[in-house]
Amino acid sequence: MASTILEMRDITKTFPGVKALSNVNLSVEEGEIHAVVGENGAGKSTLMKVLSGVYPAGTYDGEIVYRGDECQFKGIHDSERRGIVIIHQELALVPMLSIAENIFLGNEHASYGIIDWNANETRTSALLKKVGLKEDPKTLITNIGVGKQQLVEIAKALSKEVQLLILDEPTASLSEKDSQALLDLLLEFKRQGITSILISHKLNEINRVADKVTIIRDGRTIETLAKKDISEDRIITSMVGRSLDDRYPSREPDIGEVVLQVKNWSVYHPIHAERQVIKGIDIDVRKGEVVGIAGLMGAGRTEFAMSLFGRSYGRHITGEVLLKGKPIDVSSVSKAVEHGIAYVTEDRKTYGLNLIDHIKHNITLANLPGVSRHSVIDDMRELAVANDYKAKTNIRSSSVYQMTGNLSGGNQQKVVLSKWLFANPEVLILDEPTRGIDVGAKYEIYTIIARLASEGKAIIVISSEMPELLGITDRIYVMNEGRIVGEMAASDASQEKIMRAIVRGEGKAS
Amino acid sequence: MSTESGPVPKSGVAEDVQQGPRVAVSALVTNLREYGLILALIAIMVFFQYTTSGTLFKPVNLSNLVQQNSFIIVMALGMLLVIVSGHIDLSVGSVAGFIGALAAMMMVIWPLGPFSNPLVVSIICLIVGGAIGAAQGYWIAYHRIPSFIVTLAGMLIFRGICQALLGGGSSVGPLPAGFKALSSGFIPDVIGSLTLIPPVVNAAGKTIVGSGLTLHMTTIVLGLIAVVAYAYFGLRARRSRERHGYEAEPFSLFVVKTLVTSALALFLVYQFATYRGLPIVLVVMGVLIALFVFVTKRMTVGRRIYAMGGNAKAAQLSGIKTERLTLMVFINMGVLSALGGLIIAARLGQAVPAAGLGSELDVIAAVFIGGASAMGGVGQVVGAVVGGFIMGVMNNGMSIMGVNVDWQQVVKGLVLLGAVVFDVYNKNKA
Repeated sequence: MASTILEMRDITKTFPGVKALSNVNLSVEEGEIHAVVGENGAGKSTLMKVLSGVYPAGTYDGEIVYRGDECQFKGIHDSERRGIVIIHQELALVPMLSIAENIFLGNEHASYGIIDWNANETRTSALLKKVGLKEDPKTLITNIGVGKQQLVEIAKALSKEVQLLILDEPTASLSEKDSQALLDLLLEFKRQGITSILISHKLNEINRVADKVTIIRDGRTIETLAKKDISEDRIITSMVGRSLDDRYPSREPDIGEVVLQVKNWSVYHPIHAERQVIKGIDIDVRKGEVVGIAGLMGAGRTEFAMSLFGRSYGRHITGEVLLKGKPIDVSSVSKAVEHGIAYVTEDRKTYGLNLIDHIKHNITLANLPGVSRHSVIDDMRELAVANDYKAKTNIRSSSVYQMTGNLSGGNQQKVVLSKWLFANPEVLILDEPTRGIDVGAKYEIYTIIARLASEGKAIIVISSEMPELLGITDRIYVMNEGRIVGEMAASDASQEKIMRAIVRGEGKAS
Repeated sequence: MSTESGPVPKSGVAEDVQQGPRVAVSALVTNLREYGLILALIAIMVFFQYTTSGTLFKPVNLSNLVQQNSFIIVMALGMLLVIVSGHIDLSVGSVAGFIGALAAMMMVIWPLGPFSNPLVVSIICLIVGGAIGAAQGYWIAYHRIPSFIVTLAGMLIFRGICQALLGGGSSVGPLPAGFKALSSGFIPDVIGSLTLIPPVVNAAGKTIVGSGLTLHMTTIVLGLIAVVAYAYFGLRARRSRERHGYEAEPFSLFVVKTLVTSALALFLVYQFATYRGLPIVLVVMGVLIALFVFVTKRMTVGRRIYAMGGNAKAAQLSGIKTERLTLMVFINMGVLSALGGLIIAARLGQAVPAAGLGSELDVIAAVFIGGASAMGGVGQVVGAVVGGFIMGVMNNGMSIMGVNVDWQQVVKGLVLLGAVVFDVYNKNKA
């Protein structure tokens, strides 16, 4: 049996007013892939920050034993010197610097401050080969996709002679293909003897690569499962503290007349004017219906939705939008909102919320006339509205005066949803509504979607998680390379059918 | 089926009511920045009152203080919106200088006939200011040129035009008395003055200036009306919150706050009344401050500016026309810069090439001392006003003390840095 490389004992970390971790234990063996799972806010990231020295020794209780020594990391430099490297959820690369410059940032091959670029680039090439990235070391970070950036981060970790690699939700923003490649890489590292800790929400990934799983809930270790005991049901039960018999709420669809119809919608890329991103899309949604749009990353789903929503993406937009049979003008966001269309973004932090303002102000932002008279805001009405939606969507916060920047992902998503519910749309476009949020909050979002449909809203859900689409929609469009390549009733759809439509569509497109 | 994994507060309402005192303390702590700023202003005033042996609060000096600093505060109102929306305007000093020169040329040099009337000239100047703001805002809003660059260009351009208008280094004046009243005039005493102590008459039959005590009754009455209105509206807002069950601040705290503010206001009003009444420019400033507080706190356009500064993309995707809003913010800044320029010219009684030179920095400093964030989305009108007064009182106090102008700048710089450091420290602690 392999030896224990890391042992964290009775780690307790308190922030003013909150106990983030209480007596957490984590034991990782040499050469294994150890997954850490838990709901958002369970304390996974905090635990990793304790381990890597982001929270220096002395600010927490408990001990960290690494390769037999008790460690007192004062900062990230101390832990990196011992070969512990953490790759954060938000990538920490400088966009306008090259791959090589980023990999050796702060660690350049240099003598007396003069950088030896040849040495840097040669070493970078070697590292890129190891992670399977075929790019020139001189390429700027901004010119490569998120998947490749993730690989650069890993190459950077390798350059520091990593022995224990910690990945905080590495595949959160990756496509299916890139995710697979990344997981394969982890398995390859394992063969080379590198130990990894993988923090993830995606249970299928854990199933695939992890040797052990430690589940954390409310700042406590619940249990550690060995490979043979790992099952999605078991993990979910431990994560949420009860079993989720049904991951999707059941509902009786009551589908009415066509509400929104889009005809021959075409969009060109905002910068590369010759590139057509959306190629003549026709779709329709009915009253009380939940329609899914499936597809791989880069299929053009978000671009389609945003171009539809007040031309927020692209140019040379052509096509027709009909609301209940009548053509409508959606050339600006305010016009789209007036016609009862709402778009809930996939990127709530960048496009959805004012993070430095509180819940109340965020909820009413898209419908200020709804709480004001003659452009003067009625404070009390606004407060009542905010409290109402806080209760309806079950936003967990001390009050509606909490900053949205301090909320967990799931609660932030509920605030964005509330904002658009208060705008009282007839058509609601939800773009990746459950990305990066935990199992419990996901279920709540599904419940809200089901309730809205039963109230007669027409709903479009864009999602990369196929089980989710199969679980909550009535009908699914499959999109690939800017076209609709398939349409099927959810009842006779399956993951394979969707994938087949994509693959067949791929052949057609080229 | 329930999906809660932990205890969930039912809603904020019931809690807020139950935990009254605790919430009040936390409200006090979270508003520390705001209270702290006002306390800092009071502390600075008391300090200079002591070091200038009582000169600071002398009625004459109070009038001077207001007249010297009003243009900074007027422009700070516009700058607050600019900074909250995530921009900066470096051109305000030059625009003020240019408008002052334009006004002087129109009233004194150019043969405009009836159009050289001070009122007509002022209105034209405000419109020109708005047009300048629109011209700069156009590039910033619709072409996404950074405001720092556009207004840096504006700063050079309008200073140059100002000097060219005045024909090189010369100054143009004197300006008509009616115009000068904007800065140095006092409101007329329509009620009539009240003599408490008759002035001493000397042997030659002339009254000794400054002796006796005569009150400018219009000022007293206006002051009383303002204080009563302040207390009334405060109480009414409180009642409305109570009726909806959302009041967090205990009544005692409200009473203390209202009393202290009212006492302070009445003291200042009394001081003004013993001299020549309220300066006209103070009334103009007061009306503008009230207007901007209302716009930022209560009106949808104000809320939209904060949302745009906090996250422009999210605001745009919420249906806010961010380009038009940015343009409006800069037009507003242009109009207020023009008003600032008129106030400067009226105070000096002439247009000089250096009018308003460097004042953009004082204006920006006032807004940042007042707690605005350079990243946008955060800042209060009251903060900017208090920030402006802190700078003004320090200028005035140090001048009376005879502190060298060079060192005055050093002290102002340190105060700006200190205020922002305190702010950042407070935020990190929270």
